[in-house]
Amino acid sequence: MTDMAFKADPAPTQRWWQRRAVKRFLRHRLALFGLAIIVLLVLACVIGPYLLPFDDLYIDLRARFSPPFTGSHIFGTDPLGRDLAARLFMAGRISLLVGFAAMLISTVFGSLIGILAGYYGGKVGAVLMRFVDAMLSFPSIFLLLALAAFIKPSPIMITLIIAATSWMEITRIVEAEIKSLRERDFIMAARTLGLSNSQIMFRELLPNAMGPIIVAATLTVARAILLEAYVSFLGYGIQPPLPSWGNMLNGAQQYLDSAPWLAIVPGVAITLAVTGFNFVGDGLRDALDARSDIA
Amino acid sequence: MLRFLFGRLWQSLVLLVIVSVIGFAVLNLAPGGPLSQFALTPGMTQAQLARIAHQMGLDRPLPIQYWEWFTRLLQGDWGRSYRDNQPVLAVIWSHLMATLLLMGTSTVISVIIGTWVGVLGALKRYSIFDYAATVGAMVALSIPTFWFGLIAIYLFALRLGWLPAGNMYTIGDGSVLDYAVHLIMPSLVLAFVNVAVWSRYMRTAVLDVMNQDFVRTARAKGLTRWAVLTRHILRNALVPMITLLGLQLPTILGGALVTETVFTWPGMGRLFLDSLGYSDYPVVMGLLMLSAVLVLIGNLMADIAVAVIDPRIRLG
Repeated sequence: MTDMAFKADPAPTQRWWQRRAVKRFLRHRLALFGLAIIVLLVLACVIGPYLLPFDDLYIDLRARFSPPFTGSHIFGTDPLGRDLAARLFMAGRISLLVGFAAMLISTVFGSLIGILAGYYGGKVGAVLMRFVDAMLSFPSIFLLLALAAFIKPSPIMITLIIAATSWMEITRIVEAEIKSLRERDFIMAARTLGLSNSQIMFRELLPNAMGPIIVAATLTVARAILLEAYVSFLGYGIQPPLPSWGNMLNGAQQYLDSAPWLAIVPGVAITLAVTGFNFVGDGLRDALDARSDIA
Repeated sequence: MLRFLFGRLWQSLVLLVIVSVIGFAVLNLAPGGPLSQFALTPGMTQAQLARIAHQMGLDRPLPIQYWEWFTRLLQGDWGRSYRDNQPVLAVIWSHLMATLLLMGTSTVISVIIGTWVGVLGALKRYSIFDYAATVGAMVALSIPTFWFGLIAIYLFALRLGWLPAGNMYTIGDGSVLDYAVHLIMPSLVLAFVNVAVWSRYMRTAVLDVMNQDFVRTARAKGLTRWAVLTRHILRNALVPMITLLGLQLPTILGGALVTETVFTWPGMGRLFLDSLGYSDYPVVMGLLMLSAVLVLIGNLMADIAVAVIDPRIRLG
């Protein structure tokens, strides 16, 4: 970005797709592949249920355990004879939504704590960061399960619990970034101009730390989808009849021998979604990192 | 060195206190708290509940409860299981070894494979192998461990019948070979993700070291490629990896717990789930605290190991 400073008026004339980061991202094959996966999955989950001839809650005991491609059941049916494809797409809506919402909450909260700790430093920073360290000492799956088992689970509660156990990484990243930005000249200038602390933090520092935050946020979606899947798989997450990719796998283990598609289909969906977000996150990291050498 | 040791020890103790506050908060955050277990008993009246609360000291202010709980914790009294009235520490202890066995085996496997993949990727940067390893690692990181376990059970236990589908040993057998056979699948499934992490970091570490002056000197001295690699590059690249191993400990432990639940491995993860099912608060709390303590100890050991190996750290 250094050469932009020499142009007379670069910002208004430049369209967003001409930005260097965007160009770099578009040249990143894996990232585009990931983006394509995500778009396809989202489309399938939004439109899919309208195209299928079955309702995700319609029970048909005569068609129990139909393997894939039986009649119009493209992914087969579950132990109650419900269409697996219809359930998969409806479940995708829940799982993706939970993953996305958990990401938003943990990113906002994590960044806020990170900015405060990084900007004020000293005792405030030390206390906040020790708290982050302590939270990271628990295997997050333990904290998550303990909370989910003791608190009555609803999709909103599960989202909050996932967010509560995944904001710490973002805090660490933001704190480190803010700490290094804090000493730069433009912050000195802002201070001399008499900007308030909150103006410096949110108008000057935050926009400059946006790159790492966006990358971490993308990876957090992937993580949140994985966590939801596991908690629901164990029966402490999203509760049936509301389907989620995780609770579709709940019980799949006991039918593993006779009906393996019950385990395979939702698992592939989870893997695809998580891979997509991880690929995009990796591409964003390369695109937003000014030191990266692919451009 | 002594000052460094005390500094790190002090930091760990501070962390332990914060960890205990968080653990206690999780326990008391839950609606109903520990008493919800008894509230379900038929014929339980409000007066009886209040009496139990008084007996257990649950009607006192939270800070006082915390202080008593924490001091007892330090003395080794972690309470008794609601399920069978066994001391919590004894219950956990009987499950600890299984988890450590699984974690240890899988970590050794992932360190060996991960180092090999990472070094090869760095030496042949931008080759097909390097590209495949990069993509493979990201896909491996994206596959849910528990689902990967299910698929492995389907393939190798149910379809091919090569390996047992779960448990740690066959009842009535229990020879070393029997344990080993049961260990193969869970430890490989768990290692899968860790190889991905380890190889990525190893690749970066080797690339970092490879272009430094002392490596050029070693080459210029006329050392063989193998000698340069093992004695100069690897030795230096492995130092940051020890720290990584410490930092990865919660993830590895978490992964082990997840793997255990799929393979009915009788470790801490299995115990945790069973205890959740019984609302066995003392054991759940004990496991939460013990896992955090294990992580703190692991980090401390990693830091000390790095300081012993790398004198630059002690001075800083």
